[in-house]
Amino acid sequence: MRYAGLEDVELMHRLALARTISGGMAATGAEEIVVNGVLAVCDPLGGLYLPETGTLVVSDLHLEKGAAFARRGMMLPPYDTIATLNILSAVITRYDPKVVISLGDNFHDRKGSEHLPADLRSLITAMARGRDWIWINGNHDPDGTVDLPGTCTDELFHGGLVFRHEPSLISGKGEIAGHLHPSATVRRREKSVRRPCFASDGARLLMPAFGVLAGGLDLRHRAMHGLFDRDALVAHLLGRDRIYSVRYGNLIG
Amino acid sequence: MDIVETHSSGRDAALLPRPFQKWFAEKGWQPRAHQLELLSRSTSGENMLLIAPTGAGKTLAGFLPSLTDLTRRGKIPPGSAFTGIHTLYISPLKALAVDIERNLMKPVSEMGLEISIENRTGDTPQAKRQRQKLNPPDILLTTPEQVALLLANKEAERFFKDLKYVVLDELHSLVTSKRGHLLSLGLARIRKHAPHMRTIGLSATVSDPMDLQRWLVPQSAVEGEHPALPAGLVHVTGGAAPDITIMRTEDRIPWSGHVSTYAIPEVYEEIRRHKTTLIFVNTRFQAELLFQTLWTINEDNLPIALHHGSLDAGQRRKVEAAMAANRLRAVVATSTLDLGMDWGDVDLVVHVGAPKGASRLAQRIGRSNHRMDEPSKAILVPANRFEVMECQAALDANYLGAQDTPPVGEGALDVLAQHVLGMACAEPFDPVELYDEITSASPYANLSWEMFERIVDFVATGGYALRSYERYAKIRKTKDGRWRVSNPAVAQQYRLNLGTIVEATELNVRLVKRNAKGTVGRGGMSLGKVEEYFLEQLVQGDTFLFAGKVLRFEGIRENECLVSNAFSLDPKIPAYAGGKFPLSTYLADQVRGMLADPDRWGVLPDQVRDWLNIQRERSMLPARDELLIETFPRGKRFFMIAYCFEGRLAHQTLGMLLTRRLERAGAHPLGFVATDYSLAIWGLNDIGAMVRSGRLSLSDLFDEDMLGDDLEAWLDESYMLKRTFRNCAVISGLIERRHPGKEKTGRQVTVSTDLIYDVLRSHEPDHILLEATRRDAASGLLDLARLGDMLARIRGHITHRDLDRVSPLAVPIMLEIGKEPVPGKAHDAVLQEAADELIAEALG
Repeated sequence: MRYAGLEDVELMHRLALARTISGGMAATGAEEIVVNGVLAVCDPLGGLYLPETGTLVVSDLHLEKGAAFARRGMMLPPYDTIATLNILSAVITRYDPKVVISLGDNFHDRKGSEHLPADLRSLITAMARGRDWIWINGNHDPDGTVDLPGTCTDELFHGGLVFRHEPSLISGKGEIAGHLHPSATVRRREKSVRRPCFASDGARLLMPAFGVLAGGLDLRHRAMHGLFDRDALVAHLLGRDRIYSVRYGNLIG
Repeated sequence: MDIVETHSSGRDAALLPRPFQKWFAEKGWQPRAHQLELLSRSTSGENMLLIAPTGAGKTLAGFLPSLTDLTRRGKIPPGSAFTGIHTLYISPLKALAVDIERNLMKPVSEMGLEISIENRTGDTPQAKRQRQKLNPPDILLTTPEQVALLLANKEAERFFKDLKYVVLDELHSLVTSKRGHLLSLGLARIRKHAPHMRTIGLSATVSDPMDLQRWLVPQSAVEGEHPALPAGLVHVTGGAAPDITIMRTEDRIPWSGHVSTYAIPEVYEEIRRHKTTLIFVNTRFQAELLFQTLWTINEDNLPIALHHGSLDAGQRRKVEAAMAANRLRAVVATSTLDLGMDWGDVDLVVHVGAPKGASRLAQRIGRSNHRMDEPSKAILVPANRFEVMECQAALDANYLGAQDTPPVGEGALDVLAQHVLGMACAEPFDPVELYDEITSASPYANLSWEMFERIVDFVATGGYALRSYERYAKIRKTKDGRWRVSNPAVAQQYRLNLGTIVEATELNVRLVKRNAKGTVGRGGMSLGKVEEYFLEQLVQGDTFLFAGKVLRFEGIRENECLVSNAFSLDPKIPAYAGGKFPLSTYLADQVRGMLADPDRWGVLPDQVRDWLNIQRERSMLPARDELLIETFPRGKRFFMIAYCFEGRLAHQTLGMLLTRRLERAGAHPLGFVATDYSLAIWGLNDIGAMVRSGRLSLSDLFDEDMLGDDLEAWLDESYMLKRTFRNCAVISGLIERRHPGKEKTGRQVTVSTDLIYDVLRSHEPDHILLEATRRDAASGLLDLARLGDMLARIRGHITHRDLDRVSPLAVPIMLEIGKEPVPGKAHDAVLQEAADELIAEALG
């Protein structure tokens, strides 16, 4: 009998973990990997830290998703932005990065950053103080951000890697991308667990969605086809307080 | 008053206008006493409830007041001022509205009455609906959803102002659901448009008629004011006692499962012996399987048809028409035919599987033989050994006239939110007036002003403590204190989302071939539909039972689930379907009583009696108010079985809570399974030894305090609440209903209600929608009230039997472990193999 284990459980863990870290009780549980020769740390809160350049990458924040739906008459809880920013703040506290890259779909729609309530705006401003902040434009928010610290761009080359929102279909070498919200299902005996994950074959890396209302898309979905060398593909799943790395071929026991 | 069915004297018939008297005379009929009583009391202004068995001429009784009134009024001359509808007839089923139109038109045209009668359902073309608004018929036959739509319209007052009668059919089945809640609110609004309107409720026998009598009248909103008189009651009793038997078979009665395939040859014989047989089952999968199996032995090519809710509407209409024309010998049907469809010469009802409730059985048996002075004939076919006892209990209850219909519950908050938005779409509302109107509906009579305000706030901006959506409000308060919709798009959205039935999304299952490389082809046979939530937990390669086969899950492509043949007998993934209705409290008590009293076993088949006798030797049979708990090892695991007899839902909740407690006690529980009769939990540690050594106290384990903190903690991580939340979110209008076929394929564009639930719960745990969810779950999915009653009942009455092997009584539930097939479609042959070994062990 399975009565738990889908990814929504993981969200509660992330929210709780973020609170623990903000409270000063830092646990690591992160996993070091190499992407295109660059050392990268996958953090269980959903951020990727590149120690060589002091860069923190997060993707698909989908801030103000609740508000975007409210504009269309569906009054989703207005707490998704603060929940996402709390987790972001925790991961920034943990690594104190020089550069923060938000990899697109930073806001759920074009109006999101313009209508961002002032208290949330000042939270971002506080987090960005003393660091470089790069907003990569995504398909949800192609026009960039309004009245927020940092720079907006479609693409960024930085420290031997290329950062863009949608994974390139031409070449993925050295690419860090988002957009697809990868998640993976692990099955052992009678239990199956689905979690968001970092997905990398060593050449490219797909980031898990960071936003709390973003949801996930299974690695086996056809939108993922052709992006990776599946023999080398490893899913780094976001666990309760650590990363679990599982080879693609071993996901189903 | 109670009326024992009689025919009336000629003097009473004077109540009827001449064409009616003539028509009755020509037919050689007499109006029945209850028809005239209802007519006279309704005409003099009373709201009325008619409780009568089927075949008592209930429909005609319900319409006589309005037909006679319309006859006296005469046709409205052309060129007169607009006249709204005179009579509104509301039925829970579209098909019933259509059926009634047919049945009503007949006497109306035979009497030559100039009365226009039309139906209006979801299937009515747009042009006709438009025309109905401009030129309403005298009598409109419709459903609760259509009433809500009509009321949310600016023209509502004009349409309803002339209304004299509202006839509510099958009221007993409507009032206990959210549709009934919505309808009660609609009635409250109709009364505002037409203050002199009278209600006429038609119902089968229920446990507490006063519930319905109150439901039919406005409740007093003002304190100190006299409460409205409940509706008058005409209760027709009598009619011939039904002739019910339990099918006896030479074949072995199965230990578990829900499909009575063993008895199909006997069922077929009965079909051959009767003119028209109605075969009822509890789920559509049982219907499918039974239908197919019947046809494999249908050597005489008897016209046997199938009728259930997943079938195409056109196909269902065909079956209904063929039935009405007496062209069929048998129909296999689910609850879609439960309600008063009036048709054909059914001379036998076969009920396959236990009826789960005494009242449900009585209503289904009433389908046979619509003339109430002749006995209905019915045969019950139990699907397993516990069901034999359950059928016997139901049969006894039927003779005693015992009723176990559920009570009318408190009105749901999500329905209220939907209604409030609908009322704003109709016209700007004054909150105090609307509150008074809403609390005049009996399910909402106890709604507090504070709760009402929270609902209005929820409708406007989501009702969050963080007030950030004011600028996006759906309804706004104007300067005169009234609430109006912000823009026309809101009304459009309301219309698309209206209704209280949230269908689980289902995907078509298609059988494809796998080639040597493991890739799957396209095309292939469609096997049926499976609910999306079940598929969500599958990964490629998982095997499960469906359509009588063990299938291998290959993936989801567009809106289809691809599967291949698994060539295996052992499905990996269990699913929990079973019967749709949990066992009623009344029948459960009867079954416990029968179990405890060997004197009553005489009526049971030998096999079942033997089974109980061996149980008595090997373990014991619990007394009526005793809870028997057995523990025993099997394989590498240790089992604990609790024979609670409280229905699957309550057992499931109990299972969730007990596993938490056993975990804490160090028993390492691994899983559990629940049936209507018992609960099995298994784990790595010897629970029996723990009890023996005093390390585990069963009375502590089953203490009522589990409904406190353990329940709270479990609810916090339960996915079951998330499914309830999803329904509440849709009905309350928080998220938009998915319209099948209109979803975008590929990437998910909708938002997961599970994620919304988590975010909301971590930031505003007392939000109104979470409260609505908890209330719903407590009364529905979790069956908390029943669980609480049981825990109180068994306190101090727990008996433990520590056995060295599985007991006979435990066999049925042991067979369910890991074997209960996907949504109901049992293939008992597969179960049998796993079963034989276990049975040998228990009896050997």
